[in-house]
Amino acid sequence: MLAAALRKELLLQWRSRGQMMAVFVFGATALLLFSFAIGPNAEMLRTFSSGFLWLGLLLSSTLTLAESFHGEMENRALEGLLLLPSDPRALYYGKAIANWLQLTLLGCALVPVMVILYDAGTLQLLKLLAIIMLGAAGLSAPGTLYAAMTSQVKAKQMLLPLLLFPLIVPALLASVKATSLVILGDPMDQSKAWITLLAAFDLIYWSLCGLLFGRVVED
Amino acid sequence: MNRTSNAPYAVLALGVALLLFGSFHGLAVAPAETYMGEVQRIMYVHVPTAWNWMLAVLWAFACAVAFLFTSNMKWDSRMEAGLEVGVLLAFLLCCQGSIWAKPTWGVWWDWDPRLTSVAVLLAASLGIMALRSFVDDPMRRAVWSAVATIIASVDLPIVYYSVKWWNSLHQEQSTPQTVDSVYHLPLRVNAFGVLFVMIGFIWLRTRVAALKLRQETAIPHTYEEAGELA
Amino acid sequence: MDEVAIDVERVARRYGRRWALADVSFQVPRASVVMVAGRNGAGKSTLFRVLATAIRPDRGTARVGGFDVVRDRQDVRRMTAILSHANYLYDTLSARENLNVVADHLRISRGGVMGVLEQVGLAVRADDVVATFSAGMRKRLSFGRILLQEPKVVLLDEPYGALDPPGFDLVDEVIRELKRRGTTIMMATHQLERSRTYSDMEIVLEEGRVVRQSAAEEVPC
Repeated sequence: MLAAALRKELLLQWRSRGQMMAVFVFGATALLLFSFAIGPNAEMLRTFSSGFLWLGLLLSSTLTLAESFHGEMENRALEGLLLLPSDPRALYYGKAIANWLQLTLLGCALVPVMVILYDAGTLQLLKLLAIIMLGAAGLSAPGTLYAAMTSQVKAKQMLLPLLLFPLIVPALLASVKATSLVILGDPMDQSKAWITLLAAFDLIYWSLCGLLFGRVVED
Repeated sequence: MNRTSNAPYAVLALGVALLLFGSFHGLAVAPAETYMGEVQRIMYVHVPTAWNWMLAVLWAFACAVAFLFTSNMKWDSRMEAGLEVGVLLAFLLCCQGSIWAKPTWGVWWDWDPRLTSVAVLLAASLGIMALRSFVDDPMRRAVWSAVATIIASVDLPIVYYSVKWWNSLHQEQSTPQTVDSVYHLPLRVNAFGVLFVMIGFIWLRTRVAALKLRQETAIPHTYEEAGELA
Repeated sequence: MDEVAIDVERVARRYGRRWALADVSFQVPRASVVMVAGRNGAGKSTLFRVLATAIRPDRGTARVGGFDVVRDRQDVRRMTAILSHANYLYDTLSARENLNVVADHLRISRGGVMGVLEQVGLAVRADDVVATFSAGMRKRLSFGRILLQEPKVVLLDEPYGALDPPGFDLVDEVIRELKRRGTTIMMATHQLERSRTYSDMEIVLEEGRVVRQSAAEEVPC
């Protein structure tokens, strides 16, 4: 069942890959704007680069998460699947995994933008990838749940960030901190602690949201 | 619960009385703290507010879980009340915290883990209230806000610890923590004062929520004729 | 399944202050075709959604194939298929892909998909994206979804809507085929003359209540 759901999700995402490009441009533009907000101080830009990266990714995520349920709601396709019957948990995890992949891809695509704009590079690419994957997972789990909710109400664009942003503060903190240590140096080896926090957050929310998804999409 | 009883008003009155007594004691009778001086007296409202805010959050969480298990709308009304009173207390906490912070730290805000957690949960609660205002169907509104409340409540300890670690890279700011016995009386009295005021507010607000719910739904004619109520 | 396929007892469902279904009771024998008539807003769609377990009744009980629509939701869903006003399709996928998704979720082979597309007259447009389909073609594809599910109970909410004359014939064909397989069919329609030719029973809804219930032959033309 999960395999079926995932297959469908990946196909849907592949079909709308043109939009991914637009979201990437949005994220890159955001990173550009951040540098104007700070000014041409190379040292400061480099110091805050990881914060900008994650803020850019967070803002972009509201677009991709909301979009991920657009196709499900316009013809009530999600209800159609639930009535087959399908296990709502499988549908949730399929969607959440697809969103996670999309956000990871987006995060990786924004890294070169960060390197160029803020002179913030690193050779620890694998570690950076791991942090991006864990951080994206932290956004995707509650984001998918709330996107399912808000796609069914009127003020959907406003409600999703309003609900999601306070919630992911720990994930944001940990991702920014860990990324910052990777870019600026980690003399006391603190990144492990932040990565662990991020992993714990992910574990809790991937289980909790999967449990609650059924109540959100069923009557 | 007898809808027309005046018990909640009695509880409120008791709470106010306790607060008056405790605050008078805290402001006029108890000695000033040696390190912080007179500013420290705000602790007599700040700490009780903090304790009761946590109780309000716990109450909202418990009601949310109870609702998801029983689907009984009375838990939704209670949760709505707990949520709103929690927002009020959180807002008060942030104000009190800022008033305390300015003379002692020199700034209105600092990344004190406790205060930051309150601010985050305040934002989350406001989001849930916004969600409620956009959903018309009472059942769906109840289910969704219960889910959101559970998710936000689970987040609270995680937010607290992550901010604490984040902050520990800088100096640990001193906050009113260990309290000498001479300060106990006004603190305890005010704690109960705020508790009773809070209970009174939650009680009354629950009634309002239940009445609004009743107004939103209707009973079918044939069921009405058969003498069955909603 | 025993003799009664659908058993509805005092079902009521509200939306805010309005009762879409006020007090509905009826029984549908197995393998029969039931016509549900009534004006727009009489409660036909709501009734079907309750029986399909898309929504819950606020009052009363309903059993499909012996299973309760609230307590045994998954069991009801396994044997039921609904043709709803919403077509349950993914606009960015092709006709074939939409049916593949259904087949995957039903855990059946994708082999039957092409056959179903031929049956509903969409074989030529199998690989065209649904966004390019007309309303009638989408309806045909929705029928395809139902055929894939091989349900024991079928709920058709205005099956003739948006279809052209060949489409009408297709619907009649599908219904006769389902009837031949022993499927129980409930159909909401305004095409009263046409559906009376093969219906066994007729239920008329008005303002959420059953106002008339009879065998189809008894209804005056």
